[in-house]
Amino acid sequence: MSRLRRFLRDNAVPLALLSPAVLVILLVVLLPLLFSLYTSFSNYRLIRPESLWDVVWFRNYLRVLGDGDFWAALGRTVLFLTLVLNLEMLLGLGLALMVNRLTFGQRTMRTIMMFPMMFSPILVGFQFKYMFNDTIGVVNNALQSLGLTSHAIPFLVDRWLAFASIAIAEIWMSTSIFAILILAGLFAMPRDPVEAARVDGCTNWQVFRHITLPFLMPFIYIAMTIRSLDVARAYDIVDVMTGGGPAGRTELLWTLIARTAYDDSRMGQANAMAYVSILLSIFFTWYFFRKLMAARKHLGVF
Amino acid sequence: MAEVSLRNVVKRYGGHKVVHGIDLDIAHNEFVVLVGPSGCGKSTTLRMIAGLEEISEGEISIGDRVVNRLAPRQRNISMVFQNYALYPHMTVRENLGFSLKIAGKPPAEIEAAADEAARILGLQPYMDRTPGELSGGQRQRVAMGRAIVRHPDVFLFDEPLSNLDAKLRTQMRVEIKKLHRQVGTTVVYVTHDQVEAMTLADRIVIMKDGHIVQTGTPLEVFERPVNTFVASFIGSPPMNLVKGELRGGVVELAGGGQLPVPPGIQTPPEGARVIFGFRADNFMPVGHGLAETGPVALLELPVTLAEPLGAESLILTELAGVEVQGKMLNPRPIQPGEVLSFQLSLDRCHLFDADTGKSLR
Ligand SMILES: Nc1ncnc2c1ncn2[C@@H]1O[C@H](COP(=O)(O)OP(=O)(O)O)[C@@H](O)[C@H]1O
Ligand SMILES: [Mg+2]
Repeated sequence: MSRLRRFLRDNAVPLALLSPAVLVILLVVLLPLLFSLYTSFSNYRLIRPESLWDVVWFRNYLRVLGDGDFWAALGRTVLFLTLVLNLEMLLGLGLALMVNRLTFGQRTMRTIMMFPMMFSPILVGFQFKYMFNDTIGVVNNALQSLGLTSHAIPFLVDRWLAFASIAIAEIWMSTSIFAILILAGLFAMPRDPVEAARVDGCTNWQVFRHITLPFLMPFIYIAMTIRSLDVARAYDIVDVMTGGGPAGRTELLWTLIARTAYDDSRMGQANAMAYVSILLSIFFTWYFFRKLMAARKHLGVF
Repeated sequence: MAEVSLRNVVKRYGGHKVVHGIDLDIAHNEFVVLVGPSGCGKSTTLRMIAGLEEISEGEISIGDRVVNRLAPRQRNISMVFQNYALYPHMTVRENLGFSLKIAGKPPAEIEAAADEAARILGLQPYMDRTPGELSGGQRQRVAMGRAIVRHPDVFLFDEPLSNLDAKLRTQMRVEIKKLHRQVGTTVVYVTHDQVEAMTLADRIVIMKDGHIVQTGTPLEVFERPVNTFVASFIGSPPMNLVKGELRGGVVELAGGGQLPVPPGIQTPPEGARVIFGFRADNFMPVGHGLAETGPVALLELPVTLAEPLGAESLILTELAGVEVQGKMLNPRPIQPGEVLSFQLSLDRCHLFDADTGKSLR
C-alpha cells in the first residue's frame, strides 16, 4: 500500500499529464466495447429500447453456435480470405518482380500501381457490379460481341460466379498493397547472396526459390497481416455487388451481422456474432504475426 | 586441370571503358593475386571470370572451355566475397552444404562434405548458428568453407580480408595460404593491399586504370619494378624517388647534390631527365645496416624524425629537398637534427625515365 502511495507521489506530474489521454481512451474505446459486450448478453432490439435491460446470458451465443447460416457465412469468409489473400500475394509478387526489373519508368509504374487503392470500396463495388451485370454489363457485352458465348452469363446470380466476381473486385482493389510491400523488400535486398547463389550453381528459378523468396517472406507476412484484417471485415463491396445474395449465397460474416443488427434489429444477437467473428481476425493476425517473427529472425536485417 | 586464360579482355560500362584489353595466363594450381589501387578494375576482372559481369570484348577460358557465354553455375568456380555474402536465413551447416544440395547430391554426402569443411576451418562449434550469430572472422571462415566444399576448378577471392581487423587479417592470410597448399586449386585473389599480395601470391599482377602494369613473382616485382608506379606501390615503406638529370655520367639531383648511376643500368643520353629510386632497406646509417657486398655511396644527412618499430627504426631525412626514408637496424635513440652518415647500396638502386616513369634497367 505504501509502495503504491510512493509511486503515485513520485510520479504525480506524469500521471496527471497522462490522465486526459487515459480518460479519452476509456470513453472512446473501452466504454463502447463494454457496452457491446453487455448487449451480446441481452435481448437488445433496436426498435424496442427497453429490451436493453432484458438479460438473457448466453442464449445469443448458444443460438449463434447452433445457427447454420452463421457457420456457412464463417466458412465462406474463411474461403474468401484464403482465396483473395493467396491470389493477391501471387499477383503482387509477380507485379513487384516485373516492376523491379524495369530500368526506366519505374516511379511512374509505382504510382500507377497505387491507383486502385485511391477509390472508395463502395465505388469499386458499383463499378464491378455494372461491369458484371448480365444485361448491360461490359463483360457480357464483350464476350457476346466476340462470339465467345451466345447468351448472357449471370455473373452476379450464380453462386460461384458471384463469389468469384466479388473476389475479383477485392483483388483488383488491393493487390497493390502486396506489390508495394514486396517491392520495398526487393529494394532492400542485398545483391551479394544472390550472386553467391549463382556462383554456387543456382539457376534463376533456384535463386528466386532459395534466396529471394525467403528474404521477401517477412514483407509478404506484413501484407498478409494487414490484408487479413481487411478482408475478414469485408462488407462494402459485397453489400454493393450482391447484398449477400442471391438467397444468401455470398453472405459473409459482416453482411450477416449487419443484416441481423439493422434489418432484423436484433442487436444483442448481432453483437454475439461479432464477438465470435473477432476471434477469427485475432487468429489470423496471431498466425501471420508469428510467421513474420519466425521469418525475420534469421534475416538479421530488420 | 584448370588453367585460366584471359585474351584481350575488355569491359565497358555504357561507353566507359574500365578494363582495357587484359591478357593473362594462370597455370593450374597457381595462386595469382590481382593488386592495385581502388577502382583500377580488379573486381570487374574477377567478376568477368566468375560470370557475374558480361565480357565486352575478348575471351576468357577456364580449362579448355571458353566461358564467355556460360552462366556462373556452369563454370565450376567458387567465389569468396568481400562482405562474405552468406545466406542469412540458413545455418552454417546449410550455408556450407547449399551448393551440393543444389547440385542434387545425396544428404549423407552433403553432410560429410560440410563436416569436412568445418573441420578444416574449425567451424564445428558453430554449425547450427545463423550468420547473424557469428563474428566477422567466423563469417569469413564460413564463406571460405562454402567455397571449398564444391571442389571447384578455380577459387576466386574478392578482397576477402578487408573487413577484418589487422590481427585477424594476418591470421586468416596464413590460413588461406595453408588452405591453398591443402586443396591445391587455381586461385585468383583480388586485393588492394600489397602486403597481402606479396605474402600470398605465387605471381602478382599489378593493375592500374584497367591495364596490367607488371606481372611477376613477389620478388621480381619488388626488386625489378617496371616503372615508378610499381616502385611506389609495392613494398613498405614505398620506394624513395628523387628527381634529377643525367650530367657527365652522374645524376645531378634537382634539389642539389649528385648520385652515381647505379650499376647495370643502360646509360641514358646526356641531359635525360630521370628519377633515382631506392628503398629504405638499402639506405641505412653506417654501423646500423647489413654488411655491404657491392658499391655504396655515403651521404651525410640530418634526421628529421625517427620512428622506432622495435627491432628497427624508420628514419626520415631529406635528400636534395625530397623527404626520404631509411632504416636503422639495432636502433639507438636518435634526436631530430642529428646528422648521420647513410650508406646507399648502389647495386640495389633504380633509375627511371622521368617522362614515362619506365625503368631504365
Ligand atoms: N556497375 C558499374 N557501372 C558503372 N561503372 C562501374 C560499375 N562497376 C564498376 N564500375 C567502375 O569500374 C571501375 C573499376 O571498378 P572495380 O573493378 O570495382 O575496381 P576495384 O579495382 O576497386 O575492384 C571503377 O571506376 C568503377 O567506378
Ligand atoms: Mg573491388
